Amino acid sequence: MLGSPDTGNGIERVEARMLGILLVAVGGALGGMGRLAVGHRVSRHLGSRFPWGTLFVNLSGTLLVGWLAGSLLAGQPLTGERLAGPGWELLGIGLLGGYTTVSTFSLQTLSLWQQGRSLAALANIAATLMGGGMALLVGWWLAEVVT
Amino acid sequence: MTVWRAYAAVGAGSALGASLRYQVALTLMTSHHAFPWATLLVNVLGSWLIGAFAGFASRSERGRVARWQPFLMAGLCGGFTTFSLFGLETWQLLSLGRPWLALGYVTLSLALWLCGVWLGQRAGQHAATRWG
Repeated sequence: MLGSPDTGNGIERVEARMLGILLVAVGGALGGMGRLAVGHRVSRHLGSRFPWGTLFVNLSGTLLVGWLAGSLLAGQPLTGERLAGPGWELLGIGLLGGYTTVSTFSLQTLSLWQQGRSLAALANIAATLMGGGMALLVGWWLAEVVT
Repeated sequence: MTVWRAYAAVGAGSALGASLRYQVALTLMTSHHAFPWATLLVNVLGSWLIGAFAGFASRSERGRVARWQPFLMAGLCGGFTTFSLFGLETWQLLSLGRPWLALGYVTLSLALWLCGVWLGQRAGQHAATRWG
């Protein structure tokens, strides 16, 4: 739903699509490395008994994507497919899309559950989903205030 | 593995994962669909895959997957799946005045992510006892 629509035709469209994929790949590489760096740092401070690193990464990434989308749309509502273009491909789909992760969240939640720490697993789910919702709204609000 | 090699492996895997995710989004994108099927699909698939790698690595004696873990798990699966865009799409459904669809998206996603990772882990363990 949040992607760039194909415009133009023929060679132009192929070029735009290839450039888009390249931008997403570059952003994705930076996002993944950022996730590793931030995740390590957070779990070194808070310990690794609970997946604080992934939680922090997902909440901060969601805040930033709310802020980015709000800034790019500049007051327009978030409907239709207005989020498109090279900036969104690099920073939204690539960088912040690759920075945040669902797979690691799922694996860590399963692993908490299998260790018999069902309360910690439920806390991780609740903190990720509810915290993510709040982080997104804060980011969206920041974009309105700043711009 | 030295630190820079871990970063290079995660960066390369994440670049590949993110561009695959974008391909899936472009392929499945239809303007009349309000429901974000593409993100749901990549997140469930990525959860299954990370479970499979982890399950295989935990049972395998030769450590083939374990050596590739930064590239495959934190890199490929991490970059393929996305939480931030999932959040933004939920917010988009709410903005479109579809609160029940948004709630359905969140509930279905969570259930399928967790089923996916669990089934993937079983599949990976099974594969490791056979071929690992």
